[in-house]
Amino acid sequence: MRTYLGFPQAAAVSTMDSQLRANLRNATHTIRDKRAAAIGELPDWPGLRAHAKAVKDHTLRNLESYLEQFEAAVVAAGGQVHWARDAAEANRIVIDLVREAEASEVVKVKSMATQEIGLNEALEAAGIAAHETDLAELIVQLGGDTPSHILVPAIHRNRAEIREIFRDRMPDAPADLTDEPAVLAAAARTHLRERFLAAKVAVSGANFAVAETGTLVVVESEGNGRMCLTLPEILISIVGIEKLVPTFADLDVFLQLLPRSSTGERMNPYTSMWTGVTPGDGPTSVHVVLVDNGRTRVLADDVGRQALRCIRCSACLNVCPVYERAGGHAYGSVYPGPIGAILTPQLRGVGSALDTSLPYASTLCGACYDVCPVAIDIPEVLVHLRARVASGPGHLGEKAAMGVAGWVLRSPRRLGWAQRWAVRTRRFAPKRLPGAFGGWTDTRDLPRVPEQSFRDWWRSEGEKG
Amino acid sequence: MRIALFVTCVNDTLFPGTGKAVVRLLRRLGHTVDFPLQQTCCGQMHHNTGYKALPMVGPFLDTFEGYDAVVVPSASCAAMVREVYPRLAAGDPALAARVAALRVHELSELLVDVLGVTDVGAYFPHTVTYHPTCHSLRGLRVGSRPTDLLRAVRGLTLVDLPAADECCGFGGTFAVKNPAVSAAMCADKIGHVLNTGAEVLCAADNSCLMHLGGSLTRQRTGVRVLHLAEILAAT
Repeated sequence: MRTYLGFPQAAAVSTMDSQLRANLRNATHTIRDKRAAAIGELPDWPGLRAHAKAVKDHTLRNLESYLEQFEAAVVAAGGQVHWARDAAEANRIVIDLVREAEASEVVKVKSMATQEIGLNEALEAAGIAAHETDLAELIVQLGGDTPSHILVPAIHRNRAEIREIFRDRMPDAPADLTDEPAVLAAAARTHLRERFLAAKVAVSGANFAVAETGTLVVVESEGNGRMCLTLPEILISIVGIEKLVPTFADLDVFLQLLPRSSTGERMNPYTSMWTGVTPGDGPTSVHVVLVDNGRTRVLADDVGRQALRCIRCSACLNVCPVYERAGGHAYGSVYPGPIGAILTPQLRGVGSALDTSLPYASTLCGACYDVCPVAIDIPEVLVHLRARVASGPGHLGEKAAMGVAGWVLRSPRRLGWAQRWAVRTRRFAPKRLPGAFGGWTDTRDLPRVPEQSFRDWWRSEGEKG
Repeated sequence: MRIALFVTCVNDTLFPGTGKAVVRLLRRLGHTVDFPLQQTCCGQMHHNTGYKALPMVGPFLDTFEGYDAVVVPSASCAAMVREVYPRLAAGDPALAARVAALRVHELSELLVDVLGVTDVGAYFPHTVTYHPTCHSLRGLRVGSRPTDLLRAVRGLTLVDLPAADECCGFGGTFAVKNPAVSAAMCADKIGHVLNTGAEVLCAADNSCLMHLGGSLTRQRTGVRVLHLAEILAAT
């Protein structure tokens, strides 16, 4: 496990990496513009968004019965359902299934849930090799790196860096590898083809799970996911319990929203759906691991639960000015950006220095809320979580300062005194602020305290008109 | 019409010129402005940092209910009262009803929507670029009201700010808690401002302007920052 700094410290390091800043700016602005164009084409985006929000809210309110319905449908279709309360339980279920199959390696389709539970590390510890098959995930895995974006895990890398990684870490990379995207993709394809054909077990996530039919849905761009879902004998799908939608018809709205929000495409190239097993076609054994891992705790919070509406489109990352400068790694979580800043501290709790800093990793500018296809009011949840942090053990100096400020600001008399004191001492005001405030004066001048506050001017002249 | 000015604690203490400009402007347009002296702060800094702002709601109501309009020369404080107060008061029906009865307007909203003026009779012979702060843009959704007002100012040349809708990196206590990211955002915004060649950077929030202006002077760019009210009050 790598250790993470608090967000401000990690972000201070990454903002100085000019290559990273350039990679992120180029990538996020490209996707941002494409998204805006794709959404502009639809006649009633706000209507679609409201519909999706309503479906998700309804599902979350009735999650228990939809989960039971889903389980029954999967079993009826010849699949098996496993319930995992936390990451350790989910990993143990997968390891047991792989061992039962007498396999020593698995192929994986890109999945946020498996990253969240640390499945690759758990498999490795159990002597099982996991091969990522999504191109970007492969780049991250070979580079000994962690993903920095929900949809584009290697967004922080440019093609020259990718060439280096392939040349150094991919045993079957051609000797004359260039940094042409097509050449890099071809090298990865050859490498992955071997894995697909050799693997007996595949591990996937799912973008949606349909309660009515027991269907799992994976939405992707490359087709590698579909290879994972169809070639191996045994398929294990790790699915967060919030991924459910009630009916097959509900997919209609989400399959319009998701690709437009995430890649700016009208439709993603590959949408794979599977329901249990089909004799003579695809895997002979299908397992679904339903993962809680903190989700029911999030569900119990009436403001925070809206984070569970998230469909992992990453539109909020691509518009976030903080993400654009800090990069995904600064968030210290598989869910970076604005959604990560509200989801991670809820799933993990605000116990660590990192998790208490995440709700503050935003200017509350609101761009994330504007683009969210399921209308998660991220700024509202951030402020809600800040209140949780502030009510905890937290920063004593800040609490004291806020207490004093509140006391002064609640009384016009005290505010007047404070203003007059500031005016009298204005000649002594420092150019550089001490301690936690130093970050301000490192790059900015402080405003000069004026000779007279507005209220004193009003009393002496303003009132007379 | 009885108009009350909620000047905001930041303007009151650090930018009194903005309050004076609002008073001058409204009087020039023939209106009477009252400044209730018992006013203090809307509580936004506390709320956004995770501390209780509910104790500020009662005094705000006591001060401002009963006026036909409350004008606020700050989009973020206006958004606090209009968007957040209803949430804070949600558990108390009596308080919620009082909050709902408030008529709070950001300056450009008051001028355009309530008073029905776009040409306020100002003269300001300078090149200006306008930064729509996040709370005016996405909080209050004031749209083109501020730029419509600026365009009607005689002598003023308004130049578009590239990437105008991106946050400047102030974000209240964000600028203190995350100084590196805040400074990086500020630097990018200032780069855009300098590219316009404007002499003046205008916005409807002095706190964003304090952050941007602090950097513009540190870099000795010569670009001034001015609140919208100060340009509209110029003759």
